[in-house]
Formats: sequence, structure tokens, C-alpha cells
Amino acid sequence: MSDGKRDKGGFENRASDEASFSARLRSLGTRLGKTGKGKPVETSSGGPSGSDPSAIARGFRLSTELVAGVIVGALIGWLLDRWLGISPWGLIVFLLLGFAAGVLNVMRAAGVAPGSQLPGSDVDRK
Amino acid sequence: MADPIHQFEIKKFATLGNIGGHEIAFTNSSLYMVIAVAVISLLMLGTTGRRALVPGRMQSIAELSYEFVADTLKSSAGSEGMKFFPLVFTLFMFILTVNMIGLIPGTFTVTSHIIVTAVLALLVFFTVIVYGVYKNGFKFLKLFVPSGIPFYILPLIVFIEVLSFLSRPISHSVRLFANMLAGHITLKVFAGFVTMLGGLGFFGWLGAILPLGLTVGLTALEFLVAFLQAYVFTILTCIYLNDAIHPGH
Repeated sequence: MSDGKRDKGGFENRASDEASFSARLRSLGTRLGKTGKGKPVETSSGGPSGSDPSAIARGFRLSTELVAGVIVGALIGWLLDRWLGISPWGLIVFLLLGFAAGVLNVMRAAGVAPGSQLPGSDVDRK
Repeated sequence: MADPIHQFEIKKFATLGNIGGHEIAFTNSSLYMVIAVAVISLLMLGTTGRRALVPGRMQSIAELSYEFVADTLKSSAGSEGMKFFPLVFTLFMFILTVNMIGLIPGTFTVTSHIIVTAVLALLVFFTVIVYGVYKNGFKFLKLFVPSGIPFYILPLIVFIEVLSFLSRPISHSVRLFANMLAGHITLKVFAGFVTMLGGLGFFGWLGAILPLGLTVGLTALEFLVAFLQAYVFTILTCIYLNDAIHPGH
């Protein structure tokens, strides 16, 4: 929108029909378009988003992420115990791993940790 | 007192057949799914059939819901994500309509059963895996290997990443199911207090004012939750699809 206004201002010196045509074209573009070309791709860990529903949505996300990680870890550990007969160890190890995965989930959902698909994590290479 | 769990009971209307020893029946849950699909189809086909340049009320609803889902999808998965628009839009409209219909007193809430939400979440999960492998091949596995991790800690991180990935359909389905279930139980319990206190005479009537007010407030909250849960399900679908489209790039 701001682009449209600036360009429209620049065109005012020229022929008026050309200016009005480009203004109409631009407003059509903004109305129809929003094709996502100009918009940055916001990922799961994207910065603070302005709109209210997505903030509440993020709050709702946090509620189950940790539990889900722990459940998956416990389930895998229990199944491994049953199949391999290593009774407590699979559950112990995978419950801990699942807890770590749950914490990772929560950190991703809260935007504290970078998402796995982000290229920006090269910074903390040691 | 009214049983707060009673409303989630599945009632069988007609048996359609048997598959592998399991009975396939048309239940009240199926009925409300059909109703939801009929409502969505009426809204979408009826309003876009005779469309006006200046949209009327119903046409605005259809157009706004399209714009809303398209914007959500584009902002999380980029313009490439638009090829999944039919899936995402269907999910959003279905969950939203089913949630909203469930808030009408006396109706059945389809999403209060985990089997329904789990199937929807698994649909998204397998779509992400199949499309991710089809589009990226082995590079899809980069999703589990974050860059910039020292090699001695990498196996542990990969394990945690895999577990985190596997926990997605669980958190995806449990969130929607638990919110709808808990909300409807709470509503029923508070509404039950009103009738219980009301049976106690005059002071009971006075005491019933508080739970009645709470029920009204909770109903408003449940409308918000019904919309937000549909939105959360949609936005998470978009985020997961984004992983399939651009893993670890």
C-alpha cells in the first residue's frame, strides 16, 4: 500500500491518465494480489506476530506440546521393552528423551528455539 | 443430576455393513458430520453460485473465510503452499462448522471424540511425510538434523528431533479433542448446578443465579474456543506442510 502511494505521487507530474491508470493497476494488484511474493515467509518460530488470534493460538499450542512429547517417549519406550524384553531401560531412556522432545516442542511453539527448518542456526556453530 | 458425559455417547442409527469383522454403522456422529458438510456446501455453493460484485452478507462470509485461510497458509508455508489450499480449507471449514454446530444445545460435538481428531491429524501427518519424501527425497531427513550441532551430540539431537516429529499428530489431535471435551463437560456441569439449586426452593433460585451467569459466560468463551481451536489446527497444518515443502533449507 505504501509503495502504491509513493509511486502514485511520483507519477503526478506526468500525464494524468497514465498516473490514474497505474494507480488503478496498483490498487487492483493490492486487492487481487497478496500473492505472497512480497510477504516474508513466516515459520513456526517466526517473530512476534501482530494479530491477536495468532497470539492466543500460540498460547493454546503450548498446553499440549510438552505432554505430547512425554507420551510419545513413554509409548516408544514401553513398546521397545515389550519387544526386546529389556524391561525398565527402554522406558527410562525414552521417557527422558521424550521429555527433552517435549521441552523442545514447547520452546519451538513459544518461539524461543529456532525451528528445525531455519537456516539461521549456523551462528552457534562451535 | 444430568450426567455430563452422556452427551458424548455414540448412538447407532443403521448398520451399513461389516469390514474385517468390524461393524460400519451410521451413528449420530456420522449424522452431524453429514450435516456439517451439507452446511458448508450450501454456504459455499449457494453463495458463489449467484455471486454479486458487491457481496451480500452470506457471500461475504464465504469470501472472508477463503481470504482468511489463504492468508494463513501463505504466511506460514509461502505461495508454494497454495497447492495444499483445498486440504487446509476443507480442514478449517469442517472443524469450525462441526465445533459451532456442537455449541447448539442438544447437538452432538463430533470433535469431542479423539478418534475423529486423530484421523484428521494423521491425515496431515502422512500428507507431510508423503509429500516431503516425494518432493525432496532423502533431503527430507534433513528435518531431523539441525545445522550447527557438534557431531558428538548429534545422535542424541536426532533422536530428540525424531521424537518431537512423532509427537506432532498427538499434540495436534489431543489439543482439539481435549478443548472441546473439557469445554462441553464444564458447560454441562454448570448448567446442571442451575437445575439442582433451582429444585431447592426460593434460596436455591437465588443461589442458581451465579452458575447461570457462569454458564452464559462460558458459552461465549466456548464460541471463542471453537473458533480458535479450528484456527490452531489450521495454522499448525500450515506449519507442518511448510516443513514438507522446505525442509532444512
